[in-house]
Amino acid sequence: MSDKKTNRRDFLFTATYAVGAVGVGATIWPMIDQMNPDASVKALASTEVDVSTVNPGKTITVLWRGKPVFIRRRTQEEIAEAKSVKLEELKHPEKDEDRAKDPEWLVMLGVCTHLGCVPLDQKGDYNGWFCPCHGSHYDISGRIRKGPAPTNMEIPKYEFVNANTIKIG
Amino acid sequence: MSDQEYTPKSKVGKWFNDRLPLLTLANHLTDYPTPKNLNYWWTFGGILTFCLITQIVTGLVLAMHYIAHADMAFDSVEHIMRDVNYGWLIRYIHANGASMFFLAVYIHIFRSLFYGSYKAPREIIWIIGIIIYLLMMAAAFMGYVLPWGQMSFWGATVITNLFSAIPLVGEGIVTWLWGGYSVDNPTLTRFFTLHYLIPFLILGLVVLHIWALHVPGNNNPVGIDVKKPSKDTVPFHPYIVIKDGFALLMFMIVFAFFVFYTPNILGHADNYIEADPLVTPAHIVPEWYLLPFYAILRSVPDKLLGVVAMLSAIFILAALPWLDTSKIRSAVFRPLYKQFYWILVVDVLILGYVGAMPAEGLYLLIARVATAYYFIHFLIILPVLGYKEKTLPIPLSITGSVLGGSTNFAAAKNKESFTIK
Repeated sequence: MSDKKTNRRDFLFTATYAVGAVGVGATIWPMIDQMNPDASVKALASTEVDVSTVNPGKTITVLWRGKPVFIRRRTQEEIAEAKSVKLEELKHPEKDEDRAKDPEWLVMLGVCTHLGCVPLDQKGDYNGWFCPCHGSHYDISGRIRKGPAPTNMEIPKYEFVNANTIKIG
Repeated sequence: MSDQEYTPKSKVGKWFNDRLPLLTLANHLTDYPTPKNLNYWWTFGGILTFCLITQIVTGLVLAMHYIAHADMAFDSVEHIMRDVNYGWLIRYIHANGASMFFLAVYIHIFRSLFYGSYKAPREIIWIIGIIIYLLMMAAAFMGYVLPWGQMSFWGATVITNLFSAIPLVGEGIVTWLWGGYSVDNPTLTRFFTLHYLIPFLILGLVVLHIWALHVPGNNNPVGIDVKKPSKDTVPFHPYIVIKDGFALLMFMIVFAFFVFYTPNILGHADNYIEADPLVTPAHIVPEWYLLPFYAILRSVPDKLLGVVAMLSAIFILAALPWLDTSKIRSAVFRPLYKQFYWILVVDVLILGYVGAMPAEGLYLLIARVATAYYFIHFLIILPVLGYKEKTLPIPLSITGSVLGGSTNFAAAKNKESFTIK
């Protein structure tokens, strides 16, 4: 054995291990993947919301994929406030224009980016949202200003189907 | 140990034992030589076994009535409480049993810390114990989710979101854990499955824990090795069985007090409100036994580093046999370590307290100092102390320390020695 580095038997062993590993992997993968979102969960991927009754300065909360989505119709003062913030002051710099395509409507996931709690409306030091779990403060654009959350609240994919209806997802 | 020489007396016994040596095992467990100076802090191993069996039996019964479905779980728990015969009793034993389990495990762990039971040659016993402790936390957390109340739901949301702190793959892992885009029915059913499984994994590890213990034998309050052959030991039965049994009865009085007089004091009122994904309770607090780690999580202002600090606080325990450089096991003979030990106890209690308080202002400051001290204790004080500390002379033998016959006994004379009978 020592005089020859490899022989036919070594090749057979290696080939057997390789085929065995592929087989084990192929068997384990369905066991792992079954835990991912199933077809029925994925099918509920979009929601349409009627926003005709929402007055300026009010927020409604709708459920999308089991998570709350905040839809806030912002007042002119709030829009001005959101736009006036300098990007250098932000932990996660994002322009308000990039977060609310129509500045009057802010549509975002009502989920704190720290550990997933639902922040409270019109609370906190920045007139936006405040997460009661671990004390994250968000401004009126949903951007993180103070506290442990790493990023701004997420903006989901959405579009205006018509003037009164928003389709989320 | 006289395992090899053991032969059953009856013919049938011998016939059976030759084919499956169960009687040899029973004989080993009965005659197992135990240091005769063990104090009551050594009775918690037996108490923990009782807790595990209690949780398995009551859990099995609860599973006959519980329905693991997001729409029915909450009502099925109320059904157990109101309709099922003795359902209230069984559920209260199970819920408070979790707290009693952790109470006993914390005493058991801190006993090891005081008497240096984790040191050579008992490192594997200690590491298996830490794995059991981790599994206990996982089982307790998932069990708390099953009633599907507000604390269940939001506790599950916060804890599973810890994984989102992992760079790149974090979000994918969280979605995989949930089986959806939020904590929902798929999450509940898999938590129920795992909650059912873990106690049996723990049971298997307990067997390994005891097996590993029976190789070197028990540590003891003076922390020196048993001399063989000598009168340092007594057989497990009847001496330790009776002592463990008495301690267990005392423990059961405390257990029964919680079950019958204040069954909800360790829980949260919010969990009697059904889970609502749109409303987060004003103040999310984990169960009391997880509070110190929760305080460590919150004391770090960065999400990823907070999670890293919390997990490190647990895993650092596994490295303890190598972090503690002192050759002397028992704190009885380590005057400085003994003081640092009690500071650590107070530090963990403080962490537990601030973990229950809002993470702001003075509480946050205290949590940060206490978190820093926790790591300093394990990473700086313990390694340095092994070299710097001037330890007291240890007795020559257990029997010597018990009878006061050792010349070293005068130096070792203090409260702990007097508990040795």
